[in-house]
Amino acid sequence: MLSIFWKEINAFFSSLIAYLVVAVFLVLTGLFMWVFTDSSIIDFNYASMDPLFSLAPFIFLFLIPAVTMRSFAEEKQRGTIEFLFTKPLSDYHIILGKYFANLCLVLFALIPTLIYFYSVYQLGSPKGNLDIGAIVGSYIGLMFLAASFVAIGMFASALTDNQIVAFILGAFLCFVLFMAFGYLADMPVFIGNIDSFIEKVGIESHYNAMSKGAIDTRDVIYFIGLIVVFVTASYTIVTSKK
Amino acid sequence: MVKVEGLTKIFGSQTAVDHIDFTAKPGEVLGFLGPNGAGKSTTMKMITSYLTQDEGTVSVCGLDTRSHSLESRRHIGYLPEHNPLYIDMYVKEYLEFSAGIHKVPNKSKAINDVIDITGLGKEQHKLIGALSKGYRQRVGLAQALLHDPAVLILDEPTSGLDMNQLVDIRSLIKTLGQSKTVIFSTHIMQEVQALCDRVVIINEGVIVADDPIEELQNRIKGENLVILTFLDSNFDQNQLSKIDSISKIERMENTLKIYTDATYDIRPDLFRMCAAHNWIIIEMSLQKLSVEYIFQKLTKTNQNA
Repeated sequence: MLSIFWKEINAFFSSLIAYLVVAVFLVLTGLFMWVFTDSSIIDFNYASMDPLFSLAPFIFLFLIPAVTMRSFAEEKQRGTIEFLFTKPLSDYHIILGKYFANLCLVLFALIPTLIYFYSVYQLGSPKGNLDIGAIVGSYIGLMFLAASFVAIGMFASALTDNQIVAFILGAFLCFVLFMAFGYLADMPVFIGNIDSFIEKVGIESHYNAMSKGAIDTRDVIYFIGLIVVFVTASYTIVTSKK
Repeated sequence: MVKVEGLTKIFGSQTAVDHIDFTAKPGEVLGFLGPNGAGKSTTMKMITSYLTQDEGTVSVCGLDTRSHSLESRRHIGYLPEHNPLYIDMYVKEYLEFSAGIHKVPNKSKAINDVIDITGLGKEQHKLIGALSKGYRQRVGLAQALLHDPAVLILDEPTSGLDMNQLVDIRSLIKTLGQSKTVIFSTHIMQEVQALCDRVVIINEGVIVADDPIEELQNRIKGENLVILTFLDSNFDQNQLSKIDSISKIERMENTLKIYTDATYDIRPDLFRMCAAHNWIIIEMSLQKLSVEYIFQKLTKTNQNA
């Protein structure tokens, strides 16, 4: 698994992909957090990192499928999947090696945002007057969200040998699972407990719950379950061609 | 050693490989022949565990490829048909990646050895994407040899090589075949005659021949071909076909290809008939039928059956 992991990491850093992912993520979050007046915390007058945590899922919605689209689609298109599957590597190791490499790249993009945290911490009045519990919870939530999007994006890549199709499908599936269930639950046709159930099927409610700083086991189980389902689905699709 | 028994692969309604059996022993180069779509690559993909068979068994060095898939893959060096490579990797980087997968001890020595063997010395620091087809083929071959496997499966290893490269790679396969089990497919019949100890011919998923190369030639013992060229079109093909033991005559302008199953040389009979009718011969030669002919005969017969 480590061979595949390092091969993928090398591929990210020897091409523009890694640098582009980090740069795009930081520029967009930086602009919304510090520059644009509608969302800037400088105009907002509260020491909070809410702009980052409310915006990041939407950036990930496009950025993560762009990272994962090549995972299997490119291997299938180039035929290198045959190289991998005829080597002494178990199918799960190949898939998990790729999964953790993609996840590491996305989490790597989050590290520089700690500078934002430090800045907000310094800007607080008095210094350090911010809800650290909520911020830690939000970071954990964002990591689980990224891990789920990576699993979904890789699933989309396993379905096709065309990277553009993998990207569009990945972004669509991430959007549906993140937001569509929330909108669906708001529709007046769902009454009683049905709307709350539908809302809980989507990622957004679990992410928002974690952002409040309370790490509920149910949310953690939901995210882990979602990841396992999509990684297993990718495994089933990739190995079914045998 | 590779042992294939009752191997079958079905894609939808098409049986790509139909209950085939053969064995390749250590120190043997096995030529795997067949027309396009005959099932050669599918069989190789099943031996290497890329495809799973619907029926039958494959054992590599005594290990069943289904129950001991990973272990059996450790003993195989495989060069797939289209030689898939990571074109954005450097040659050495790719070989290091491959050596890492196989957990090759003393990685850098093993890599330098295969670079020497395959003649990649000058190209070792280049991007794979920047290499010519011939050199890419060598990279694929280097990757297959890196972990010193007991079994080599090479699917058309000489395609895309120039004459000099062909000679080098053929001699490499010949050398490797002395200690390893080599199964390789090709379309070039001279290659089969030059390299193989045994030949398996597959057609429409069925094995139509599995013989040592000498025995394969014995299959058509007594079948010879006489090439007869006349000065002009002043001759009668029907008259010639009346000679006993001529099985078939093919005409190309003033040249006749005369197939015979006679156990004696029929050229004197041909000469006497031509002299009697005053048909002027400018060339007459007897040719032993080649593996190419055997291949055509076996695969065509099967198609017509």
